[in-house]
Amino acid sequence: MNRRFLRDVATDAKLLLIAIPVLLWTLAPIYHLFLFAISPKEVAFSGALFPHRPTLKNFEVVFGQKHYFLIHFWEQLGNSLLISVGTAIITLLVATWAAFSISRLRAKGGRLVMNLALLTYFIPAAFLAVPMYRTMGTYGLLNTEWALILAMVTIAAPYAIWILKQASDRLPRELDEAAMIDGASPLQLFRLVYLPLMTPSLVAVGTYALLLAWNEYLYAFLLLSKDTAITLPVALGNFLSADDSPWELLMTAGLIYSLPPAAIYYTFKRYMSSGLTAGAVKG
Amino acid sequence: MSTQAITGPDSEPLGAVKRRGLSSWQVWGTLMLAPYVVIFCAFVIYPVAYSFWLARDPHVYERLFEDPIFFRTLINTLVFLIVAINLKMVIALFLSGFFASKRAWVGLVAVVFILPWAVPSIPTILSIRFMLNPEWGVINTTIFQLTGDDGPNWLNDPTLAMGLAILTHIWKSLPFWTLILLSGRLTIPHDIYEAAAVDGAGKWQQFRFITWPSMQALYVTCTILSMIFTLGDFNSVYLLTGGGPADLTHVLATLGIRYLRLDQVDMAMASIIVALPLVLPLVFIMMRRLSK
Repeated sequence: MNRRFLRDVATDAKLLLIAIPVLLWTLAPIYHLFLFAISPKEVAFSGALFPHRPTLKNFEVVFGQKHYFLIHFWEQLGNSLLISVGTAIITLLVATWAAFSISRLRAKGGRLVMNLALLTYFIPAAFLAVPMYRTMGTYGLLNTEWALILAMVTIAAPYAIWILKQASDRLPRELDEAAMIDGASPLQLFRLVYLPLMTPSLVAVGTYALLLAWNEYLYAFLLLSKDTAITLPVALGNFLSADDSPWELLMTAGLIYSLPPAAIYYTFKRYMSSGLTAGAVKG
Repeated sequence: MSTQAITGPDSEPLGAVKRRGLSSWQVWGTLMLAPYVVIFCAFVIYPVAYSFWLARDPHVYERLFEDPIFFRTLINTLVFLIVAINLKMVIALFLSGFFASKRAWVGLVAVVFILPWAVPSIPTILSIRFMLNPEWGVINTTIFQLTGDDGPNWLNDPTLAMGLAILTHIWKSLPFWTLILLSGRLTIPHDIYEAAAVDGAGKWQQFRFITWPSMQALYVTCTILSMIFTLGDFNSVYLLTGGGPADLTHVLATLGIRYLRLDQVDMAMASIIVALPLVLPLVFIMMRRLSK
């Protein structure tokens, strides 16, 4: 008994030797972000590891839009929200229809479309950015929400279709046949049978598209440039080009921006890890 | 149960229904596939065709190859890929073993560990960037307090800056790959390890003869997929170094944007097209692996 206890402690100690560096490595930049958010500027710049008197003043400045870099804070946050929700909804619609069509209705050319979608998924996103920028210019969509929403749907949809198709292929074929015999139309099958059974995967894919659009920097910064059209990451990036950047405010706004995706991730983690990581790589 | 009763024994009526219903199913199938096909044509086919057309002039490629920054970028990209991916995947493989240990507190560590992947890049990378600030950053102030000397000007040295961009990339994407490898590791039945331990196999032998053989395929797939993702990693380099100092830390993902900002769209497109021989074999391998 005693020996077993000692062995457990020894294992714990060995694991701690790994855990401590891992935690330090992971948390350092995040703690630093947090530290700046609750410190007055002089304290943050002094390199102190904790402020003597933590303050919420930075949050007050950000929320009150009291700095000229932040006069559109709420509007830009609103843009981020609108674009992420728009991306999630459109991705879900387009990808669910496509997956249903390929997997259940066995549409002609479905296999080809699936392969083309996968091909798109494997093109590094940064490589498509310049062509996408020119194309959005041609379509006259630059500086509108639609430019970024459509670009994000283009990037999110291939993976979404693939995940949904795989989940869909696992549903028993007899369902369709039974529904057909009962005289159900494809739309009824889709709405009454397919959607309810696919809910976990739909949550995973919707969350994926939402976070992808919320976290996007490159496309947002290429496609949107007007102060009132940009998302918050682009606004934060614009801080950088200024010499007198108010870093403590930049970090505060960044921290605020990081909270929703972290919360969403932890809320839907169950779906995400079953739906996405399992599907991400087939061994 | 009931569905089986219907479809099982008498397949004749089913065939009849199928023939009658088929046309409407095909119509709906095409209709529901159409939105994605439209998006694919408008935002993938057209842009790609257009970019090939913009970069059709061979002189553009001559100018590109004469640009010293392009050559430097190619080397940077290769170094970035080789160092970042191998380092990241080996650490991820190691840490997947750590996270597979059945301790409640290890689960809590995992919750924290995933944060870099769950939060947006820009705030955290900017945070890293300020930590490295030569005058005010926490790293150099700590170095000064400890030694009385000034620390290095981290991002002003191309080699250091490149190394730090690689570390930033690893910081951001390590959790994702660790999770994937962990899910692969958890499918290995535990009793194999117990049997091996009874036979006197040490930790290294357990890894060498049980873990590695069962995870090898997954590891290789992850490495290839990670190469594709890493090639497209714009944020880690651009937000940390901005390609500087003196445009010496660009990678292919940021070079196109640099040319675009200089209003040289043809060069931007050409730099991407030149990268295709690097990307397409990877894409081809991945397609083969996934459609298996």
